[in-house]
Amino acid sequence: MKHLLSIDDVTADEIEGLLDLADGFVEVLARDVPKVPTLRGKTIALLFYENSTRTRLSFDRAAKALSADVLTFTQGGSSVSKGESLKDTALTLKAMGPDLMVVRHGATGAPWRVADWTGLPVVNAGDGAHQHPTQALLDALTLRRHFGQLGGLKVGIVGDIRHSRVARSTAGALVALGATVTLVAPRTLLPVDISDWGVATADSLDEVLESLDVIYLLRIQQERGGGDVFPSISEYVGRFGLTRARAARLRDEAVVMHPGPMNRGVEVDPVVADGARSLVAEQVSNGIAVRMAVLFRLLGSEGAA
Amino acid sequence: MIITGGSVLTSGGMTVTDVRVDGGLIVEVGPSLEGDDTRFDASGCWVGPGLVDLHTHLREPGQEWKEDLRSGRDAAAAGGFTTVVAMPNTTPAIDSGHVAAHVRRTDGVEVVPAGCLTLGREGIRLAHLDDLWAAGVRIFTDDGDTVADAGLLRRAMEYLAQLGGVVAQHAEDPGLSRGGHMHEGAVSSRLGITGLPAVAEEVVVARDLRLVELTGCRYHVQHVSTAGTVELVRQAKQAGLPVTAEVTPHHLVFDDSAVQSMDPVFKMYPPLRTSEDVKALCAAVIDGVIDCVATDHAPHSAHEKDVPFEDAPRGVIGLETAAAVVNEALGLEPAAFFDRLADAPRRILGRDAHRMEPGAPADIVVFDPTARWTASAFRSRSENSPWRGAEMRGRVQLTVAAGRVVSGEVAQ
Repeated sequence: MKHLLSIDDVTADEIEGLLDLADGFVEVLARDVPKVPTLRGKTIALLFYENSTRTRLSFDRAAKALSADVLTFTQGGSSVSKGESLKDTALTLKAMGPDLMVVRHGATGAPWRVADWTGLPVVNAGDGAHQHPTQALLDALTLRRHFGQLGGLKVGIVGDIRHSRVARSTAGALVALGATVTLVAPRTLLPVDISDWGVATADSLDEVLESLDVIYLLRIQQERGGGDVFPSISEYVGRFGLTRARAARLRDEAVVMHPGPMNRGVEVDPVVADGARSLVAEQVSNGIAVRMAVLFRLLGSEGAA
Repeated sequence: MIITGGSVLTSGGMTVTDVRVDGGLIVEVGPSLEGDDTRFDASGCWVGPGLVDLHTHLREPGQEWKEDLRSGRDAAAAGGFTTVVAMPNTTPAIDSGHVAAHVRRTDGVEVVPAGCLTLGREGIRLAHLDDLWAAGVRIFTDDGDTVADAGLLRRAMEYLAQLGGVVAQHAEDPGLSRGGHMHEGAVSSRLGITGLPAVAEEVVVARDLRLVELTGCRYHVQHVSTAGTVELVRQAKQAGLPVTAEVTPHHLVFDDSAVQSMDPVFKMYPPLRTSEDVKALCAAVIDGVIDCVATDHAPHSAHEKDVPFEDAPRGVIGLETAAAVVNEALGLEPAAFFDRLADAPRRILGRDAHRMEPGAPADIVVFDPTARWTASAFRSRSENSPWRGAEMRGRVQLTVAAGRVVSGEVAQ
């Protein structure tokens, strides 16, 4: 594995291997001194062209927990406002000597281009509405740690699938690991052709609610036009929102997940979001362990294991 | 000059013979021509009328870093084209006679400007159509954008029907295609890239054909990309409407699976469609429903394309590879090859097709249908070709335009 660009490039066995590694890092993160020297002397560049809270902080935390140094570029206050191209920015950052780049960009394929231009290992931290493979891994890790395994789990992914790189990545990983995935959304928020995704679809949340082990909620991506394709938020909530009434109908062992950021009162009722079923906090902390596993796999395998 | 030993397109069909050129005309066709003229050995090649491209972006005036008249005409010559129709989406746009006159060329590779349908290509008021007509414009288009306002298009059609001009439409409904970067389908769904659906093209063509029925104006569908548009054109022709259509070389070869590479060299509008569309387009060129191949040669500098797919400008170059691509993709007999690349576009321009016969203008291409070469070292100022580095089959060996050798080496 030289890069982690798309979850579709990773086999089910490789995913399980990364999750095994991440389980070990979960233990490391629980120690009094949650830090190992594995990547001491390595430098990881974070190239973030879109606003991000949890993903950028999570990569930063993961790199530092492995004792790597971190170079961070964010779009605000950079040369981008002076007209610098992605290529020139990537090559400038490369000239500062990092061993790996983590790239987030609003356009599909940007991390692939950065990999071509720089020759460095690249981790895709989200490109457009395309891929976000470490999100897929952290979701898989969270479910595996909660349920023991993913085989046979019934997962409903609800919301703005069309504009969601999380849906594209997480659905791919869960299907690869044996879960049954149903996409639940207004037709205007579904991609036009998902015949080769290996997933089912449902026209309303009520149709599948009682059968689900996992209800995975997505935000409406207003910034990508997600809010313009249904009549109103209240109509959306009426058919697709996880209201308190709907949450009460979930199976006892069912869990609620969300990649964040969350729009309380839209895709999920505020009380449900914080309820006992919610795995949202676990997703965030598992995200650090998964990113440690990815950085270790890409940079640490020739050294100490 | 004598072109010797080629298989020559005459009104009697293909004949192995010699062609003598003098003073801008073909003066003699016959076996074993003698004389101390310069000679070009065309053995094994087809000798026929210079190719005509109805759809070329020469970028002058306004974007000369991508292409200019000189580099664009050089590229045309290398590709066997002796006449190109320059699209009017320049800066300023070709919406009046004086801009058209600036672009017009007749020495060597001919440049025929296309004119805008609307002022500044803004889709609000008619361009200076009479003025453009007087400057030699015969094809009118807002190419790059669709004339979306049906009332405005109707007026343009009524006006141009009286003059005898052709309305050429870049068919892409702005509402259906908004935000799109590639064909809408399984590949765009997986890539998370907003798509331009096939119907964005088809609803415009369907609407326009009703206006053709109403106005009687000659109408040309630019760069047909879908099987559905092919059917609309077929039905319109069966109904006797004055309709013609073109397709690009890239739409005859590539489908949207090429975009899986996320390489911006595969970004163009209309986008690459499905493999079913590719099959329908190839069949339509072979059976003549699509009249001609036109390149939509759209140069962009390397740095402009060296960005993520969605951020890249649209378009690919095509002048230097078109003949080889058509040759390899369609395997046409020489008469059909010259019809789709030379005769049909000449007819759409309102001219007679010409044959290799005394008195015909010396616009000649010598094409070797079996020669192999690698597409590189383009004469265009830009290199945004999906065939860059590819092995090609069929090569232009000589281009004579208005009696001048504009590409190829002639022995003294």
